[in-house]
Amino acid sequence: MTATAEAPSKAGEVPSFDVTLRIQRMDPDGTPDHPAGEEYWEEFTLTMHGTDRVLDALHKIKWDVDGSLAFRRSCAHGVCGSDAMRINAKNRLACKTLLKDLNPKRPITIEPIKGLPVEKDLIVDMEPFFASYREIMPFLMTSGPTPERERLQSPEERARFDDTTKCIMCAACTTSCPVFWTDGQYFGPQAIVGAHRFIFDSRDEGEWDRLEILNDKAGVWKCRTAFNCTEACPRGIEVTKAISEVKKALNTGVV
Amino acid sequence: MTEHEYDVVIVGAGGAGMRAALESSQRAKTAVLTKLYPTRSHTGAAQGGMAAALANVEEDNVEWHVFDTIKGGDYLVDQDAAQILCEEAVQAVLDLEKMGLPFNRTTAGKIDQRRFGGHTRDHGKSAVRRACYAADRTGHMILQTLYQQCIKQDVEFFNEFYVLDLILNDDPQAAEGKDVAVAGVVAYELSTGQIHTFRAKSVIFATGGAGKVFKTTSNAHTLTGDGMALALRRGIPLEDMEFFQFHPTGLAGLGILLSEAARGEGGILRNSEGERFMERYAPTIKDLAPRDVVARAMANEVREGRGCGPNKDYVLLDLTHLEPAHIDEKLPDITEFARTYLGVEPYTEPVPVFPTAHYAMGGVPTTNNAEVLRNNHDTIKGLYAAGEVACVSVHGSNRLGTNSLLDINVFGRRAGIAAAEYALTTEGHDLPADASSLVTDQVEKLRATVGGDGTERVADIRRELQASMDRNVQVFRTSESLAEAHKLVGELQERFKNVAIHDRGARFNTDLLEAVELGFLLDLAEVVILGAEHRKESRGGHYREDFPTRDDENFMKHTMAYKTKDGIRLDTKPVVVTKYQPMERKY
Repeated sequence: MTATAEAPSKAGEVPSFDVTLRIQRMDPDGTPDHPAGEEYWEEFTLTMHGTDRVLDALHKIKWDVDGSLAFRRSCAHGVCGSDAMRINAKNRLACKTLLKDLNPKRPITIEPIKGLPVEKDLIVDMEPFFASYREIMPFLMTSGPTPERERLQSPEERARFDDTTKCIMCAACTTSCPVFWTDGQYFGPQAIVGAHRFIFDSRDEGEWDRLEILNDKAGVWKCRTAFNCTEACPRGIEVTKAISEVKKALNTGVV
Repeated sequence: MTEHEYDVVIVGAGGAGMRAALESSQRAKTAVLTKLYPTRSHTGAAQGGMAAALANVEEDNVEWHVFDTIKGGDYLVDQDAAQILCEEAVQAVLDLEKMGLPFNRTTAGKIDQRRFGGHTRDHGKSAVRRACYAADRTGHMILQTLYQQCIKQDVEFFNEFYVLDLILNDDPQAAEGKDVAVAGVVAYELSTGQIHTFRAKSVIFATGGAGKVFKTTSNAHTLTGDGMALALRRGIPLEDMEFFQFHPTGLAGLGILLSEAARGEGGILRNSEGERFMERYAPTIKDLAPRDVVARAMANEVREGRGCGPNKDYVLLDLTHLEPAHIDEKLPDITEFARTYLGVEPYTEPVPVFPTAHYAMGGVPTTNNAEVLRNNHDTIKGLYAAGEVACVSVHGSNRLGTNSLLDINVFGRRAGIAAAEYALTTEGHDLPADASSLVTDQVEKLRATVGGDGTERVADIRRELQASMDRNVQVFRTSESLAEAHKLVGELQERFKNVAIHDRGARFNTDLLEAVELGFLLDLAEVVILGAEHRKESRGGHYREDFPTRDDENFMKHTMAYKTKDGIRLDTKPVVVTKYQPMERKY
């Protein structure tokens, strides 16, 4: 099934290879072979190139083989957060994962991210995820008169929350969390990252409102430091560390 | 079908749409319709900065910014609009900071600023630090901050709603002076396949660009010019569509954007001889010349045999003389792109780069209050446009880097205020009973092609279009290349009538929507090509090898393209000149 003969490469030509994608499918309208809502696996073998990403392979299927394959994507270079999916059992962005880095000699398994309802093929319902984000009040809270110029903030103060500003809300972290999979109440890592970004911003005055929300039974204490979230983050955010900093603030009463 | 009614409907939830929503939703009942979740919008891919003469790190002033914007646009900029853009820039940046945007800071705690292409001290004397930034993810921070504020204000979003028609009460090509007004929009809901109508007193188009007419582009797959194409189809003109910006530093072969900030922070472009070739093309500001100048220089180096790599088809962006810690602090994302996608380590190796289609200077013509023009004088009541979909024109024939994040904030805000204020003064217009018929027909016809006789695939036509646009309508254009592109786009439009899709389903049918989007691209490509054929001069982003100089006598005017039943009709609109007469453009 998975022929891997490498084509001879001429100068400047990117080598090509054959690769098999094993994709979890589900059509909510049903197909002639599969009733509505049934989850099943389908394999596609494609000839791809050394610089191609998983997203390129998905596009090749959609554009040349089966247009009904459904997945989200937009920017195609890892900044919009649309195409998080489970690739070889790890959450990644399809547009940031090169096929050649996945050992194309074996079939590459692609599933929707876990813990959110599947809508069609690789598309899940993102609404519960965004609802958790909205709950932690992800906006700057200040009191007193608005200054005429910018609020001052030193580079050191700015550095304190830099890591968590990088979040693109792809949900790779939240949907890699074993607690989130089994506990529908848990906010999940991303919402905590979103809260961290403001809690540790020297301009913000809403830190204790947010910490109170995260102290709740659905909050940070659910985290069992599995580190899946940190591994899954395509932006390299140290998610588990951010969660620990929130826990520490709650334990010590100091932000 | 579901019917909705709002005072203001905003189409698109990137920077311009959400900035508009923050204003509009405070004043009037507002809905934001967006084909993506708001945080997926391509504003988030903007990297380098947002221009404003804050003078936080060195002397600067609004007037210098205005001059740079006009000269950068090769004098096709409407100068009154540029004045507004640059005057309101300072407040626009401060507004974002107060909303919480985490700008990089100076040691004194102020917003830090850095150099960018074409932004100069005292009318071109040297590069000036004008770009306010957050590492190389300024657009990401703007998108996040605006989304956060929308959450705070409880803005109502309709996510994954594709607006597929604009309903007016009359033909916008009606005689001058006649009242033509907006009535609403028709949208397709991705998750259900359902058609929705939205009656609205005001509609704001903030749908972004159309970079996907080209193959090599920094633009997202979703940037298919939907708003531009819908306006065109409904008889609204498009302005200056021949001016497309090719960003100099796309990752070679991929088109992924590497910010101009790389050069603002000291990066240097080199050819196969290791030469810093921009010294020859722009002796004063060298690598920080405007994008059109740099992109042409790069393409010229390759054409004259000084390209790099096995096929000599790119040049190199050299950051190796910069401290790794400096790169990590100021340019973390783009250096990561080079590692991820090309396997190149920018600390120690120069990065292969080549121009990539980046930004439409043209678009739906508007007044300085974002009102959409239906001819050179009359606006369409209640219809607004802001951001890349619009042509104010603050960018003329070439946009300066960091002026687009500025544009979306200044004119997004203006659109939001104007749309809401207008909505409060009018009853609006009722949608006709058959308002959704065009969209319903279009969708049903496409569904009916599943398993039918159609012989054409969406992907094939799109590939041929994009390849032709790259080959014929890119940095260098000639009457021959444009004629070839013109002929081909006509053939592709014919073939498109015979297209067949695969997915008949109602839910998440992205197959169907890609076909709709291809229709938009074909319409817009035709307008780009026609404008480029007609403009027999070289100016800004439009370079004709057969007419290599700027011709102010015949062409210092905007192009206006109208879709009529006999095809595209081209007309012109005067450029607004206030104080800067055209001069030779040297850097």
